[in-house]
Amino acid sequence: MSGYLLRRLIGTVLVMWAVATLVFFMLRLVPGDPVAAMLADAGSAEAEAALRAKFGFDEPVFMQYLYWLGNMFQGDFGNSLYGNNQPVRTILAEALPRTLSLAGIAFVIAIMIAVPAGILSATRRNTPVDAGVSFVAFLGLSMPDFWLAIMLIIVFAANLQWLPAIGYVPLSDGFWPWLEHLILPAIAVGTAFSAIIARMIRSSLLEVLKADYMRTAAAKGLTPRMIMWSHALPNAMIPVITVVGIAFALLISGAVVVENVFSIKGLGRVLINGILNRDYPVVQGAVLVVSAFFVFSNLLVDLLYGVLDPRIRYS
Amino acid sequence: MTESLTAPDDTATKDNTMPLRRRSRLRATLANDRKAQFGLIVLGLFLFGMVFAPWLSPYDPNAMTMNMMSGPSLGHPLGTDDLGRDLLSRILHGTQISMFIGISTVLIALVIGVALGLMAGYFGGWIDLVIMRYIDLQWAFPNFIIAVYLVAVFGTGLFNVIVAISLAFIDDFARVARSMTLSLRQEQFVDAARTMGFSNARILIRHILPSAMAPIIVQGTVSVSYAILGEATLSFLGLGVEATTPTWGLILADGRGFISQAWWLGVFPGLAIMLVVLSINFIGDWLRDLFDVRESL
Repeated sequence: MSGYLLRRLIGTVLVMWAVATLVFFMLRLVPGDPVAAMLADAGSAEAEAALRAKFGFDEPVFMQYLYWLGNMFQGDFGNSLYGNNQPVRTILAEALPRTLSLAGIAFVIAIMIAVPAGILSATRRNTPVDAGVSFVAFLGLSMPDFWLAIMLIIVFAANLQWLPAIGYVPLSDGFWPWLEHLILPAIAVGTAFSAIIARMIRSSLLEVLKADYMRTAAAKGLTPRMIMWSHALPNAMIPVITVVGIAFALLISGAVVVENVFSIKGLGRVLINGILNRDYPVVQGAVLVVSAFFVFSNLLVDLLYGVLDPRIRYS
Repeated sequence: MTESLTAPDDTATKDNTMPLRRRSRLRATLANDRKAQFGLIVLGLFLFGMVFAPWLSPYDPNAMTMNMMSGPSLGHPLGTDDLGRDLLSRILHGTQISMFIGISTVLIALVIGVALGLMAGYFGGWIDLVIMRYIDLQWAFPNFIIAVYLVAVFGTGLFNVIVAISLAFIDDFARVARSMTLSLRQEQFVDAARTMGFSNARILIRHILPSAMAPIIVQGTVSVSYAILGEATLSFLGLGVEATTPTWGLILADGRGFISQAWWLGVFPGLAIMLVVLSINFIGDWLRDLFDVRESL
């Protein structure tokens, strides 16, 4: 197990390095140069050269890459090319808790809806309840998350005025102010996730309920409730966990989009604004942090899988 | 990474013993599948709207009038936007862009991805290793995030968006094609073709590919819906096609600032996206049952 863990960790670090390197070089290979964009044709040749030197763009690309890699290992992601040249690390450190809060609450809401819905439709298979859950799940999967976000704002913020329409309040300002700003965006982010998990729980449970040991459990006189909680659900959850991990990626990519609707300055907004402004250092930093989410959640799922299902042995 | 994480449906029939009667099977499964009927009808309507958009649109989609932000009425069934443009005409024209991007990107991704998957599965060895290293790297990320990264590199605009979305979907097709090829290359008909001295290319295209088509078609169908969603999302974020083009994502982005006064600007473009995506998902599910494709990735 420890050998496996080590190999997976090294693989994960390699993937991160590959992503960083690819993004670094691809951003520099394409036409369109941030210095030219910043000066917008107004600057003199000297001003341009000075700016280039300031950001190190006058060095050969490979040297820039080595500096950048070296700095990154020291936790220095460079500075933004715009505004007051804030360090990218500061920008990301401010954005990270926002995205994590959003994804975390979306996760909780989604699971709270998906688990009962999945169990309900599996135990009431082929009834109107099952059909209803399946239809709602299809709707949830087909709805663009940013559109759902707009709909939620129209209904709950603009008309009913139950919840704030935009912005983010840090947890340090109080639990409720923090939560109330995140409920609508979390629903927008979590709906597709919830739909996938509900469908997965349904099919996985149906599979387990067919197994011989379910009949044994019933024959030895267990109540349906005990059968469900101590035999069916734990076994049905094993495949669900993998899907949760894969679908967790949906939460992050959903957060990237939905943050922009709710004006939450999280990773997604930092990334998108960075791209729109051609702010290389910010884009690179944001890409790395967003990528780390996916790579490490994949790793976590694989490890969790072995813990949950003792039949799986890593070597 | 695929977002089509739909569970294998337990109603999938296992009856594959009558290939000659596939046509009647097609009709039989369709008759019992209300969702597929809904999907085919709604998608058909949108395709009709796409083809005949210039004639069906009551107004020029870009013509500005003084009749700004008026609600749905007989003259403007879906209302007008902040510049007095007719929303129905804009959404109808948006159908063309969305469908074009959805279908073209999936076709490109399918051709490249299937070619890579066939080669990886058939030749094995270092070819498999190199191709799959890359595919696994891409697989670690959601398609949409890959598309965003690529737009970050290439820039925005119709052509770049098509390239970005196409490349983002390659891994899904490569994995499906590879896993099919791995099992098919053991089959006797492949051995027979090899014994007859056919070239590898011919064996791959004429013998293996046809037998691998069913899951590829299912994957392709579902991918179209995700490509349409992806384009709308990119455009909504300002990372998509040129800002003057009427696409569903951009219409939503334009209307976003006015949704508290003009709800129709927020509701209808999104409804169009949802109906198309929902229809394609229903059709994809039906095809999955029809071909008895188990999602086994």
